[in-house]
Amino acid sequence: MRPYSLYTKEVMKHFKNPHNMGKIKNPDGVGKVGNPLCGDVMWLYIKVKKRKDGKEIIDDVKFQTFGCVAAIATSSKITDLAKGKTLEEALEIDREDIVKSLGGLPVPKIHCSLLATDALAEAIYDYYKKNKIPILESLSKRHERIQRVLKSVEERYEHVELKKV
Amino acid sequence: MKKVYMDYGATTPTDPRVLKAMEPYFLKYYGNSMSVHSWGVKAKEALEESRERVASLMNAKAKEVVFTSSATESDNFALKGIAFANKNKGKHIIVSSIEHHAVLEPAEWLKKQGFEVTILPVDEYGLIDLNKLENVIRNDTVLVSIIFGNNEIGVIQDIKGIGKICREKGVYFHSDATQAFGKVPIDVKRMNIDLLTINAHKVYGPKGVGGLYVRDGIEIDPLLHGGGHEFGLRSSTVNVPGIVGFGKVAEIQKKEMNLDARKQIKLRDRLIKETLKIENSHLNGHPTKRLPNNTHFWFAYIEGESLIMQLDTHGIAASTGSACSSGSLEPSHVLLALGLKHEEAHGSLRLTLGKYNTKEDVNYVLKVLPSVVERLRKISPFKGKWE
Repeated sequence: MRPYSLYTKEVMKHFKNPHNMGKIKNPDGVGKVGNPLCGDVMWLYIKVKKRKDGKEIIDDVKFQTFGCVAAIATSSKITDLAKGKTLEEALEIDREDIVKSLGGLPVPKIHCSLLATDALAEAIYDYYKKNKIPILESLSKRHERIQRVLKSVEERYEHVELKKV
Repeated sequence: MKKVYMDYGATTPTDPRVLKAMEPYFLKYYGNSMSVHSWGVKAKEALEESRERVASLMNAKAKEVVFTSSATESDNFALKGIAFANKNKGKHIIVSSIEHHAVLEPAEWLKKQGFEVTILPVDEYGLIDLNKLENVIRNDTVLVSIIFGNNEIGVIQDIKGIGKICREKGVYFHSDATQAFGKVPIDVKRMNIDLLTINAHKVYGPKGVGGLYVRDGIEIDPLLHGGGHEFGLRSSTVNVPGIVGFGKVAEIQKKEMNLDARKQIKLRDRLIKETLKIENSHLNGHPTKRLPNNTHFWFAYIEGESLIMQLDTHGIAASTGSACSSGSLEPSHVLLALGLKHEEAHGSLRLTLGKYNTKEDVNYVLKVLPSVVERLRKISPFKGKWE
C-alpha cells in the first residue's frame, strides 16, 4: 500500500474481511469492553476445551465491534492470535503483539489494540469465574479497571439495545 | 471498479478551462506584478482583471477584494485584522458555535490577547436565532462572524437578516463563504456584509488561492507586513497564475452557477430521500436551507471512519465527523452543537456533490451505501432503540 495511507495493508485486509466475526452460541466466556475516549465497544466470545495434556485452550473465538477501522482490525487480529492458545498464553498477548502483527497502527489508534487485549482478558476472566477457577490477582485487578471504564461507556449507551449474547 | 468522487466539500478538481487560463502565467507572463517593466505590467493587468471578475461575482468593487493564500488565511485576517484595528472601539467578538476551525481558533487566540468572545448557539438544524444574536451584541462588540454555508452540514444562514442587524447596531459582519462562494448567489451590498471569506479550490479553481472582501472604508490591520502588496493589506509576491485561475472560476461560475445548482439540488434531494430509507438513518442540517451540493447523515450502530473506508474500498470518496477520524478523538463540534450525542456523531457521513457528478454516480452510491451500512451493523454489538 502507499506509504502515506493511514493504515497498513494488513490492517485493511482484516478490516475488509474480518476473521471470526459474529458471536458464539453458548460461549464459555464473554468479554465486554468499551473505550471511554472514542466510544468504541467490543465484545469477545470464547469456547474453551481441554487439550490432551489437560491444558485448557481457546477452541473458538468470535467478536462483535462498534468502532473504527483500527478497532475492527485489532478485533479480528486478536481472534487469530488467541485461537488454539492455552488460556495462560492467551493472557500473555499484549498490545505490542497486535500492533506488530498488523504492521503498525497510527499513533492515535494504538488505544484500539488495548481494547482487544482487554476484551480477551475479560472473556477468560468470565470463564474462570463461571467455572470457579482461582483467578490471579493481576487478572482480578485488570478486571476491576476494565469494569470501571466499561461502566462509564455503558452509561453513554444506556438508550441503546444490545444484541443478545 | 467504478470510481465516484463525492467529497467536493473537501476540494474539487480544477476545471480544464481554469487550468488553461492559468498556464500562460506560469510559462509566458511570469513577471512580478509589482515590477514596472512590461513583464510586470502584463502580470498586473491580469491581476486587476481577475480582481474585477471575482468582485463582480459578489457585487463588490474591485478595490474591495484582497487576495490571500487560502480561506483559512482570510478568516484569520478578518478576525485578527478587525480586532486589532478596532480595539479602541471595543474588544468583544461574536462567532457561532458551528464556525470552521479557521474562525474558532483565531477567536480562541484573540481571547488570550485580551479580547472577549461570545459563542452563539444554533438550533437542531444548525441555524442561529436572530433574536439571540441581537441580544448578545453589546456596545463594545466590534465583529460578528457567522459562516455562510456550513462546511459539514451545509446549512445556509439568514445572511441578509444577520447583515441587517449588524448594520443597524454598527457592528462589522464577517461571513466565511468558503463553501458558498460560486455555489449560491451572494450580494455583499444587498446582504450588508462587511467582510467575506472566499476561495478558489472549492469551486473548481486551484488550491492556494483565497480572498477577503473588505468593504470600502473599513479599518483592518494586515497579518503580513512587507512590500505593501494588495493595498498594503497583504504583503507577499502576488500569486498571479493562481489568481488568474480564481478570476476564471468567478467568470465561469457567474454564468453557470445557477444551472449547476439546479442540477446538484436534484441529485442532492434524491440522495437524501433514498439514503433516509436505510433503517435508523438521519439527516443532519436543514432539509431545504442547505448548500446545493451538501448531504450529511448519521447512521445508528456504526462508526464513521469504518464507513468511509468501506466506501473507499468500493471506489467512493466521502467524509465523516466521527471522533475516530480526528486526531483528537473528539467528534465534530458542529454535530455536537446540533445536540447530537457523541455516538450519534460517531456514525456520521458527509457526501458532497460537484458539477462532474452524474445521476449514475448517485445511483452507484445508493447501491453501495445500504450494503456497507448493513455489513458494519452486522459486525457491531448494537442492534436497536437508538433514538
